[in-house]
Amino acid sequence: MPLDDRYQLAFKLYPYERSADQDATGGPVRHPVVVMGGGPIGVATALDLGLQGIPVVLLDDHEGVGQGSRAICFAKRTLEIAHRYGCGQPMIDKGVLWNVGKVFHDDRQIYEFNLLPEDGHRNPAFINLQQPHFERFLVERVREAQAQGAPIDLRGKNRVDTVDVKDDHVVIDITTPDGPYQIEADWLIGCDGASSPLRKMMSLDFEGRVFEDNFLIADITMKADFPTERWFWFEPHFKSGDSALLHKQPDGVWRIDFQLGWDIDRKEELKEENIRRRLDAMLGPDVDYDLVWTSIYTFQCRRMTQFRHGRVIFAGDAAHQVSPFGARGANSGIQDVDNLGWKLGLVLNGTAPESLLDSYDVERRHGADENILNSSRSTDFITPKSKISHVFRNAVLDLAEHHAFARPLVNSGRLSVPCVYDGLPLNSPDALPDGPARTRPGAPCPDAPLGDGFLLDHLGGDFVLLGVGVGVPDQIEAEGLALRGLSVPADGDIMDRYLGAAKGAVYLIRPDQHVAGRWPSFDEPAIAAAVSRALGKD
Amino acid sequence: MALNTDPNIPDPDGFYAELLGAHEGLSDEASTALNARLVLILANHIGDRAILTEAFAAASKSEA
Repeated sequence: MPLDDRYQLAFKLYPYERSADQDATGGPVRHPVVVMGGGPIGVATALDLGLQGIPVVLLDDHEGVGQGSRAICFAKRTLEIAHRYGCGQPMIDKGVLWNVGKVFHDDRQIYEFNLLPEDGHRNPAFINLQQPHFERFLVERVREAQAQGAPIDLRGKNRVDTVDVKDDHVVIDITTPDGPYQIEADWLIGCDGASSPLRKMMSLDFEGRVFEDNFLIADITMKADFPTERWFWFEPHFKSGDSALLHKQPDGVWRIDFQLGWDIDRKEELKEENIRRRLDAMLGPDVDYDLVWTSIYTFQCRRMTQFRHGRVIFAGDAAHQVSPFGARGANSGIQDVDNLGWKLGLVLNGTAPESLLDSYDVERRHGADENILNSSRSTDFITPKSKISHVFRNAVLDLAEHHAFARPLVNSGRLSVPCVYDGLPLNSPDALPDGPARTRPGAPCPDAPLGDGFLLDHLGGDFVLLGVGVGVPDQIEAEGLALRGLSVPADGDIMDRYLGAAKGAVYLIRPDQHVAGRWPSFDEPAIAAAVSRALGKD
Repeated sequence: MALNTDPNIPDPDGFYAELLGAHEGLSDEASTALNARLVLILANHIGDRAILTEAFAAASKSEA
């Protein structure tokens, strides 16, 4: 099969360069980690590992990021993770920040919500940013990290053709413009997207639900006075679709989605005059606009039965796929990376047993199930699949305008929040029952102001012992780990978010900023046991 | 006591999914009958005649 591009590039980010591996004479070169796929999840994986000093090779069959805005809503948790990687700020600077959403039925506003109703966070609930820019900022950070010595190797126009999965490594056959070569990986990470060739090469399942509906995306540039909010219409009065969604992106671009129904003539609907007919009805006759990118999509909610298969681990859309309502695709993929990076790092440097990687599988399947449940329910509400569900849906919309009780039932998308790993094996039992529920074991740490900056800037990357109103040592040894101690005063937002009714608290926080355990005081044996558990040794 | 129209159901999305699940696979006629039985069962649970009268009025007024 020739190595032709399957799509046009928005940015050429990793042009093909001949690698020394292609001229190796003593058999294929072995690498600790190879990542397959240079999209946002693959590049973030390479960045996470490279910043830990772990050599990583990334293979992609193109030389950069494809055109089309595609994912546009990046959630607070994604920005927090990007901030830890050192590329959050350019995303915030370029992105359109938003917290408020409005829901309309016909010509009436029935509901308004604020996704971040409290202060004291570095990041907004969401930014809108075209996916190519998100990927570009990640790759620019990789280039910066490489210049500082991070052992990351991005190889464009390196197509993986076959894999041979052994017990303790994977043999990978690659095609390049200079012909084929072979490398080996101790670990292979599959980040090659929803139609994952790697999954197919390994004949692995990907089961779930297909939704019978089509959505038209039109990205347009226009001068318009719409506020920076997410607007969603059920059965809009302008009749451009069964539902419509409006979002602002950077550079004067607006994302508009129309729900078209199931039985459509795809080719006909994608004709410019037909797209413009729908847009004109929505925007009125006097608005000038240009079409930037259009597409019709259908969607599925499905996942692999298991994300870890021996020395091969899947992440992002390759492992799980959701409908777009709720922005739970790319955002959950970045949470996969956040979860996998530190675990793989500790296994590779011998601090944790290989079984720690099974907790990636368990925790991120839990996350995927939560995302699939939420996005399926949103889809069922937006596209009712029977007459009676349509009757109930419209009853909720009618009632919501005047009665507060119906508003939580309106579902135009439950927007991405990080999942809590409730009841999963790495958590230690909650020893601070008076503490806030939002910081229970398994929960992601909420941000809060600290000094001139924010709490999350002081967490992440390694295990941290956080003392809130309780002094903890600057460093303690536990299970071969040097635990960093951080003592903060019990006041302000930190007190609300980490103490609740408790007088003081000590938190063990994982490198991905999830709580592993918490106690009312510094209890060294309990902490050592919790570290052991969080390393997958129990 | 007055009719409570503030949010009062924990896990609203789960409740809604269960409600629609009860109708899954039913004919329109069977769904209408299910709804009627449901209204009667819930009305009996509420019991308070004044509240039921208020509920009838709220439901009638909200028709778009």
